[in-house]
Amino acid sequence: MSAVLQNLVNQPYKHGFVTDIEADIAPKGLNEDIIRLISSKKSEPEWLLAFRLEAYRKWLDMAEPAWQNVKYPKINFQDISYYSAPKPKKKLASMDEVDPELLRTFEKLGVPMHERAALAGVAVDVIFDSVSVATTYKEKLAEVGIIFCSISEAVQKYPELIRQYLGTVVPPGDNYYAALNSAVFTDGSFCFIPKGVKCPMDLSTYFRINTEESGQFERTLIIAEEGASVSYLEGCTAPRFDTNQLHAAVVELVALDDADIKYSTVQNWYAGDENGIGGIYNFVTKRGLAKGRNSRISWTQVETGSAITWKYPSCILRGENSVGEFYSVAVTNHHQQADTGTKMIHIGPNTRSTIVSKGISAGQSNSSYRGLVRIAPTARNARNYSQCDSMLIGSHCGAHTFPYIQVQNESAQVEHEASTSRIGEDQLFYFAQRGIGAEEAVSMIINGFCKEVFQQLPLEFAVEATKLLSFKLEGSVG
Amino acid sequence: MIDANSKTLLEVHDLHATVGGIEILKGVNLTVRTGEIHAIMGLNGSGKSTFSKVLAGHPSYEITRGTVLFDGQDISALAPEERAQAGVFLAFQYPVEIPGVANNQFLRLAYNTVQGKRGKEELDPLEFDDFVREKMKLLKMSPDFLDRSVNEGFSGGEKKRNEILQMALLEPRLALLDETDSGLDIDALRIVANGVNQLANKDNALILVTHYQRLLDYIVPDYVHVMEAGRIIRTSGKELAQELETHGYDWIHASDRVAGAQS
Ligand SMILES: Nc1ncnc2c1ncn2[C@@H]1O[C@H](COP(=O)(O)OP(=O)(O)O)[C@@H](O)[C@H]1O
Ligand SMILES: [Mg+2]
Repeated sequence: MSAVLQNLVNQPYKHGFVTDIEADIAPKGLNEDIIRLISSKKSEPEWLLAFRLEAYRKWLDMAEPAWQNVKYPKINFQDISYYSAPKPKKKLASMDEVDPELLRTFEKLGVPMHERAALAGVAVDVIFDSVSVATTYKEKLAEVGIIFCSISEAVQKYPELIRQYLGTVVPPGDNYYAALNSAVFTDGSFCFIPKGVKCPMDLSTYFRINTEESGQFERTLIIAEEGASVSYLEGCTAPRFDTNQLHAAVVELVALDDADIKYSTVQNWYAGDENGIGGIYNFVTKRGLAKGRNSRISWTQVETGSAITWKYPSCILRGENSVGEFYSVAVTNHHQQADTGTKMIHIGPNTRSTIVSKGISAGQSNSSYRGLVRIAPTARNARNYSQCDSMLIGSHCGAHTFPYIQVQNESAQVEHEASTSRIGEDQLFYFAQRGIGAEEAVSMIINGFCKEVFQQLPLEFAVEATKLLSFKLEGSVG
Repeated sequence: MIDANSKTLLEVHDLHATVGGIEILKGVNLTVRTGEIHAIMGLNGSGKSTFSKVLAGHPSYEITRGTVLFDGQDISALAPEERAQAGVFLAFQYPVEIPGVANNQFLRLAYNTVQGKRGKEELDPLEFDDFVREKMKLLKMSPDFLDRSVNEGFSGGEKKRNEILQMALLEPRLALLDETDSGLDIDALRIVANGVNQLANKDNALILVTHYQRLLDYIVPDYVHVMEAGRIIRTSGKELAQELETHGYDWIHASDRVAGAQS
């Protein structure tokens, strides 16, 4: 049965192709001039250039983190081009004007955008390389006062909002990669849900890295004002290359009183081949600030791609009664390495957090859960529940759990549960004896294992995630 | 149960099998015809479970000599799921737990896969729900079994009933019940035995693996075989079970010695 598992895991990456669109690429290397170039290319206000330069200077003084449980060759930050943009022929007023080559790319990706947008009621802010090319449904959202656009556009149109919130959740000097991102971010999404508005549809962004060796530094900022709510979807895929591509995004969420932000990710970047060559380095800083009373920040992620994932979507629970949630499935196969988890920082009284982490390792991969639960002295009656389950497929992979718990208020209730299981021959034989082959058995076991996380995803995403997981693990059980 | 129109369903000839390089089965011969009930008895470690797993195609076990014909076809090269689809069923001595997979989903997938392969009608979730609840009544199982994970946290007896429920759903042509009686109290034993008896008919066959005679009071075999050290060393009618119960397994050797001395 080993052969079956082997085939299941060894499917080539489906989205490995490069689109031939002329890119406008900055020379390789990073210095203040490059940052000025980026800022001027984007016609940014003076304060934003100052923000970037400050971040850059901090970054110069910082050391690349080495505590995470992943190994990779040293990154040469001078060998990366920090800006690239497809050359639009003119300003695009509608989808019809989008480069047909780009549309074909979406076809290949299985993202028929307009169809998807229309049928599923999803507004898609498409990011192609670093510049937003098309935004749909904007008008419909505008009717209820929602702003959903690229962050560059927001810098031009809503500079006050950007200035008020940018860097307030993830400060420029927060960590090495966040500092780098703050210095050189080129694009990303901005989303603003005004007071009392429930966003009428899921907002969705498809990211795609296209230009070889151009680092990606997305910046996303989502604000939900008092009583507002939004569900935001992020999905990723990238072409196949032999050189590692660095991705260091920053996502900041701010929820005011009674606001609710749900952020879901299905991540399927190129993970490298079965020998571990190539693949994306995904070093992401995602953090939500539950600033107001009764606010809620919920992260759901399905991480299947990247050669290296380093990612800890976190919640700062400042508002009284605020809620933080983290639901995660991380799948690693072949030589993939993932060090992922969350931080729940309880500051306000009666704050509650839930962590459900499911790690699946196959092949020779390694996956680590790293989670911090901190109950500050001010967080009276705070509660946390954490559950970390690992599943191993085959005998060459590893799973590790690093829970950190810091309780500074005696009234806190913190619960942690962990389990490790293995898909073994006897389970597969049991399925087989009832007529069910290994592929279906694995997919059923995995879906059962991930059920609590998949339930959190919007239905359409859940279906995709289920397929993606089966696809990723094809051939790995035996 | 033996009737004139029965045909040979299973023919095992000189079967040798190894696990981890160790030979466990050392020349098993057995013929089973439709409509028959066979019991294989023997001490712990004599090779009964190994024999069942080899017939069902467990990948850890390797056939090194001999043949297994099912319905006239050599099945030794078939994958375990293909054997199951063809109608070989094994009720496990130790059913594994499958956390996170709901029993009803598992049962439905098994049922529909097997039905599909046999060119029969598959059922949608609602139809299946009615169907499976009917079958559960036969075994006096409570419906909340359906929502629980497969075998997870089931008592020994509950696991065994779940095995027989699967037998009822999959309608095998040859069912191997490996120590289905162990871990059952007397009421559960009656219920399970009654269920099995209702499933037995002239077109299928049963092999009961047990080392107690108790089960055979409820499911009456046509033949009783004694396995020892990977071989069937004695075959007789149902009275053999009673004699083993009374005299113990050593009695076989004693009676063999007597028989040997006489010849
Ligand atoms: N996976 C295995 N690896 C090594 N030895 C095994 C394995 N399975 C069974 N055996 C050995 O084979 C012999 C027969 O076991 P088994 O078929 O389970 O007997 P029974 O069911 O009659 O009690 C025993 O000696 C047992 O230890
Ligand atoms: Mg046994």
